[in-house]
Amino acid sequence: MATETLAPAAPRNLSEGGVPPGRISDRVFRVITLAAGLLVLVILGLIVVETAGQARSWLSAEGLGTIFSSNWDPAHHHFGALALIVGTLEVAFLALLIAVPVSVGLALFVTEVAPRPLRRYFVYAIDLLAAVPSVVFGLWAIHVLLQPLADVYSSISSATAGIPLLDTLFGSPSRSGQAVMTAGIVVGIMITPIVTAITREVFATCPASQKEAALALGATRWEMIRGSIFPHSRSGVVSAVMIGFGRAVGETIAVALVVGSNQRLSAHLFGTGDTMASIIVNEFGDATGTWRSALIGLGLVLLLLTVVIGIVARSVLGRAERRLAAVT
Amino acid sequence: MPEARSGTATVAPVLTRPPAEQHDGTREVLPPELGERQIVFDLSDVEVRYHGVTAVQNVNLRIAAREITAFIGPSGCGKTTVLRTLNRMHDITPGAEVRGRITYHGEDLYGPRVDVAEVRRRIGMVFQKPNPFPKSIHDNVAYGPRINGHKRGDIGDRVEHALQRAALWDEVKDKLRQSALGLSGGQQQRLCIARALAVEPDVVLMDEPCSALDPIATARIEDLMQELKSDYTLVIVTHNMQQAARASDRTAFFTAEVDDAGRRVGHLVEFDATEHLFTQPSDPRTEGYITGRFG
Amino acid sequence: MSTVTAPATTSLLQSRPASRGRRLRNHLATGLIIGSMAVTLVPLVFLVIFVVGRGGHVFGWHFLSTDIPILDREMGGGMKAAVVGTLLITGGATAMAVPLGVLGAVYLNEYGKQSRLARFIRFLSEVMTGVPSIVMGLFIYILWTLHFKSFSGFAGSLALACLMLPIVIRTSEEMLRLVPDELREGSYALGSRKVRTIRTVVLPHAAPGVISGALLAVARAAGETAPLLFVIGIVTDTNSNLFHGPSTALSAQIYKNAISPFVGAQDRAYGAALTLILLVFVFTALARVVTTVYARRTTAAV
Repeated sequence: MATETLAPAAPRNLSEGGVPPGRISDRVFRVITLAAGLLVLVILGLIVVETAGQARSWLSAEGLGTIFSSNWDPAHHHFGALALIVGTLEVAFLALLIAVPVSVGLALFVTEVAPRPLRRYFVYAIDLLAAVPSVVFGLWAIHVLLQPLADVYSSISSATAGIPLLDTLFGSPSRSGQAVMTAGIVVGIMITPIVTAITREVFATCPASQKEAALALGATRWEMIRGSIFPHSRSGVVSAVMIGFGRAVGETIAVALVVGSNQRLSAHLFGTGDTMASIIVNEFGDATGTWRSALIGLGLVLLLLTVVIGIVARSVLGRAERRLAAVT
Repeated sequence: MPEARSGTATVAPVLTRPPAEQHDGTREVLPPELGERQIVFDLSDVEVRYHGVTAVQNVNLRIAAREITAFIGPSGCGKTTVLRTLNRMHDITPGAEVRGRITYHGEDLYGPRVDVAEVRRRIGMVFQKPNPFPKSIHDNVAYGPRINGHKRGDIGDRVEHALQRAALWDEVKDKLRQSALGLSGGQQQRLCIARALAVEPDVVLMDEPCSALDPIATARIEDLMQELKSDYTLVIVTHNMQQAARASDRTAFFTAEVDDAGRRVGHLVEFDATEHLFTQPSDPRTEGYITGRFG
Repeated sequence: MSTVTAPATTSLLQSRPASRGRRLRNHLATGLIIGSMAVTLVPLVFLVIFVVGRGGHVFGWHFLSTDIPILDREMGGGMKAAVVGTLLITGGATAMAVPLGVLGAVYLNEYGKQSRLARFIRFLSEVMTGVPSIVMGLFIYILWTLHFKSFSGFAGSLALACLMLPIVIRTSEEMLRLVPDELREGSYALGSRKVRTIRTVVLPHAAPGVISGALLAVARAAGETAPLLFVIGIVTDTNSNLFHGPSTALSAQIYKNAISPFVGAQDRAYGAALTLILLVFVFTALARVVTTVYARRTTAAV
């Protein structure tokens, strides 16, 4: 009888014989996927190692202390990064100042206020905003925002001239409209979608029973939001803000186009300035030797800064999620 | 603590007066005492739809002040739905539509100039599953007075008074700052009752308040309801008939029937003084439900 | 039958004077919330209209198929080299990042699960999504461009792939996690091995979500400028060879032309911007379509 059956004539023991063919491909596949997973570690590690390596001549030439000087002058071989770090932080904080209230409002709009059948479409609109490339934002900002903002800056600046703190912040307005504030506004618009997305998710996890409890006591909707949703969402929103901050710090192209390339340390928000990412893009093409090494060093600082922010943000979010799981 | 009893103590001896016929067939019996009792809620031809589909209809009843009115019936017959019309909770339910007329002390509850927040302050609600805020015991009870603008010194007194009224004060007076989530289920529910009482409502609605609790906690809450009745109007939904028989003054029996289109629609079958409904039900469906359960 | 309804001389249910402030605050808050949506929509609408307006009159098949003029001040011309460059470079990046990313996600969800290594990789992938794209560009510059001393489109693909990889891993892993265990157990119970189960049951079930996530990653990569600037060089003639010789891309061209004072270059910048936005929006919409079709399919099957 022709035996085309899959089963052998005599049953085998489960453990008899050599390694069954499937087992080898299982192991091989597992190794392949593990390698793919490890790739992330390898890449991140390599990035740190290589950038640190290339940045070494900058670090050793300047010495750790002078790196934090505010003198960035390639022509005279001075590569102090303080002005750039401060500029980066200024732009990032301005961006957060704009993005966070708007994002919280947007998240509330989508989760509580908008009519239910329309909510999806508003989310689509926010996602479209997220999809616009940075360079297109920059292009638009150059031709549309710079002039009007220049006028706004000069009027506010003259209005606040002489008032102690304000004239430092609003003094020396940029004529072209390119300014720290302009970069802050553009970056603020750009980070709004990601901050909104996370905040929205956090708000949506507020249990309906908590919201009903507040409303049943006679709270208005705003009181319910303040009393039930906000306390529940505190850590999640903090995490969203940090992630937005990380994005703002790393934003390169749009900033490079509108910030004005001025490496002097200043608190003039309406004046030109510069950030780490922006200066790398602007000067790298011409840089050689220590100059190039300094720019790569700035890249290393950016890397470390965003990695640290990312780690802290995820741990905050993780802790909030665990606490929520314990209560519900 | 007074034992939970049926409403015989408060309702006059049952009359032999024939029940008053409503135009749709529900019979409503009002002993003469009700003549002097205030009507708190008057529901006429109330119907509730979810996304266009009728869930409960033809509800006509009047709820009297300072009494416990119970809604009973099998699941899905609209008891909770009708309860939630009384404090306009359907306003926040997507797709819900309330038709008909519901008045509160003669005033249209759904009128155009009515302030919903004020409605819910006067008509409080306790939910099936206790839902204290993730705050301290004190802050839970203080929430209502705070949003109503009471001053700090005042609030401490109100919190204590509400907790006393909810028969919880002695158990928590030394740990007011501790999280409410550390309390037992029964204590949390009494906390929710205290929280509702703190805004000085007129009515307290209770949606199966004991279904998530053990028998001992249940008994304490039933005792509490008898105490509260002297100052508040209580309307409770319960799937536990013995509870309704023990604790309420008047009972409304709901059921769901399949309509021509094959959908289950709830409606009110009978509304009567509790003792009468349970001993001499006027409708065979009521009798079927009661006797079926008593076994 | 005499029943008494309480005489309501004044309305019991209208706002008490004391709570007028509460109502006001509530309305104010609602206004601000709606306002934030308006404030967000305005730049989006404005930007799209502006780009369409200024780019629309140069855009067209001619624009996409004509070479980039060598001189900025020239009017007309097209962005052929940039279009080809974007497609090739992004395509190359996708070909590397998506398979590797999906395999990595398979490891995390099917093998590693909650082991310390897997949790570490998962955590680092999430952190890596926040690394600025310019750092990726610098990295590839150091590792590749300095080493081979030449520009190539492939180097750009490498940089974009580094950017895409953590995104693809994260979204793919989420999709794999959604595949119910019952499906896997059913397959094992029939004697299938793990690889076969993953290949025939898990991946097909997660496919729509994974594809959707990949499309979004592609859209993101296509719009990136900074990672490409130092490693691909620049050209005006089309280079269809990904591996040899410098290349260019839409994003890089927009950046270069944005700061040009010449109208011709600016027009081309807007034409390129319109092209890029269309490309990115199409991919984003496609991703959403895939998700919706998937959702409909699973609910229909239930």
